Amino acid sequence: MKALLICEQREGKILDTSYELVAFADRLGAEKVLVLVGKEAPKVDAKVYLADVDKFGEYNPDLHKQVVLEAIHKENPDYVVFVHSSYGWDLAPRVAAALKVGQVSEVVNIVDGKFELTLCNAKLRRTVAPKGARAVLTVQAGAFNAVEASGSAQVEAIDVAGSSKLQFVGYEPAEKKDVDLGRAEIIVSAGRGVGKKENVAIIAELAKAFGGELGASRPVVDAGWVAHSHQVGTTGQTVSPKLYVACGISGAIQHLAGMKKSDFIVAINKDKDAPISEAADVMVVADVLQLAPVLMEKLRAA
Amino acid sequence: MKVLVCIKQVPDMESRFKVNGSGDWYDEADLAYRMNEYDEYAVEQAVQLKEQLGDAPDVTVLSIGPDRVGDALKKALAMGCDRAVHVQDPDSCRKDPWQIADIIASFAKGKDFDVIFTGMQSQDRGSAQVGVTVAERLGHNCTTTLVGFGFADGVITAKRELEGGLKSVVKLPLPALVTCQLGLNVPRYPTLPNIMKAKKKEFVTVPAAELLSEESAVATEKLYPPVKSGSAVVLEGDLAQIADRLLGILKEKTTVVK
Ligand SMILES: Cc1cc2nc3c(=O)[nH]c(=O)nc-3n(C[C@H](O)[C@H](O)[C@H](O)COP(=O)(O)OP(=O)(O)OC[C@H]3O[C@@H](n4cnc5c(N)ncnc54)[C@H](O)[C@@H]3O)c2cc1C
Repeated sequence: MKALLICEQREGKILDTSYELVAFADRLGAEKVLVLVGKEAPKVDAKVYLADVDKFGEYNPDLHKQVVLEAIHKENPDYVVFVHSSYGWDLAPRVAAALKVGQVSEVVNIVDGKFELTLCNAKLRRTVAPKGARAVLTVQAGAFNAVEASGSAQVEAIDVAGSSKLQFVGYEPAEKKDVDLGRAEIIVSAGRGVGKKENVAIIAELAKAFGGELGASRPVVDAGWVAHSHQVGTTGQTVSPKLYVACGISGAIQHLAGMKKSDFIVAINKDKDAPISEAADVMVVADVLQLAPVLMEKLRAA
Repeated sequence: MKVLVCIKQVPDMESRFKVNGSGDWYDEADLAYRMNEYDEYAVEQAVQLKEQLGDAPDVTVLSIGPDRVGDALKKALAMGCDRAVHVQDPDSCRKDPWQIADIIASFAKGKDFDVIFTGMQSQDRGSAQVGVTVAERLGHNCTTTLVGFGFADGVITAKRELEGGLKSVVKLPLPALVTCQLGLNVPRYPTLPNIMKAKKKEFVTVPAAELLSEESAVATEKLYPPVKSGSAVVLEGDLAQIADRLLGILKEKTTVVK
């Protein structure tokens, strides 16, 4: 069995998730060959096809697709594997469509040789199997622990002809931070379950009573209730405080990815079965708006 | 200009989900359905584009599924889409993303849609495949995960969301398909007059079998609830007691609560 792993870089730096792909291929027991549109090959004892990022661009899915198809042509892999990331979910279906093969998105585990996926906000899981001899996969970031970057690649340059009408203009950096959640020892986060903007103040007060910082899930940020700098998750910040209190947060994969390394996790949620209960050390089943004042009073009295 | 918006109807994610009798999907009984969140942004963006261009674009909204998806389509009409296409398919949950994309591409083929909007993924299945696959099938330019959309002189300027708060800007000429991410815009609520107006808009029904030509490429083996690790201490009941017990645990188990 052979897996072609499509690695990622950004502005010259290889993303660590590329090494998660290596871990995934190892779990699969597959021979691995890597592909990267970049400058420098990943550190791994395997063959790496390197396409010049100056020629093919940081983001140019039409050309990157041609690069991947060329590598597939040379290697004849069983699986073509991407990270389920802004790069992978954008590129993978193009490759699958070109090959006319099935794609399995956001693999979180391998169970009896089948791929395990989550469904409905991780409230259900399912295993699937591609029908054909070859398949495209995307792997959930963080689901497979990255192997250490070490080894020396056998680098082979790869080049294709092609054109694209897409034009990459540039990056826009993340907003300036008014809070450094990365350093906070205690984070109390507000989720959509707090209901409305005014109620975020209650969670902010609770955070203060704990002596911590206010965090938030994405919908709270999208709705403009708090600044993006407070967002925890894949498109926000990755945090690992000593205590994380999730208030009215369901525990979607993208939120968990940002906070599951916290030392101690408390979830306050009306729904006992909310997926966050899987990550939590303590699952408090309550209306957070009713519990918060009681908690604050006791914290202040202590 | 012709615009297509593809939407899906999904269960409210706060529902309790049970595996169905045949073990291959969730039990659809007793669930409340709504428009897929990501698709609401797609509908809103299509309507905003229409408004920007002085009402010139003609916006078709399409959904695949059983009778109930008519509700999602009616909402999209009330938000400002011009016509609705309901691809009738009581069995849409058993179609994989490859087949769903096939149905949409077959519908769109030869109709010269200049811009196609879809959500970046559905909330239930979350494959993030359908939009891009449709674009590939139609030969449209395509980019994904939009948190910003601009249009001028036949070119879309898309702001894509990357990881960790980083964004990137991409330009793509028409015809194009873009997939919409949370936070792209603020979807409008349909007003009562617009709900009334929507009732008079064109609503076409097409059987899925007329459009589908592909076999599924991926087979579901088994569906099951997550295996509970069961490690969480569960606290419920009286609020004052919960608060005391929680603080007790935190004092014992963490170094930061005293
Ligand atoms: C590409 C991508 C990137 C993403 N990046 C991020 C990210 O960085 N961070 C992030 O958080 N999300 C991210 N998301 C969104 C993510 O998928 C979820 O939509 C989001 O995390 C849900 O936020 P939530 O838990 O606050 O809201 P919901 O899922 O709506 O959950 C609300 C919860 O509150 C509970 N509740 C309701 N009322 C109360 C009450 N009174 N008291 C107590 N509990 C209550 C409910 O039971 C429910 O569990 C991303 C999504 C995508 C597709």
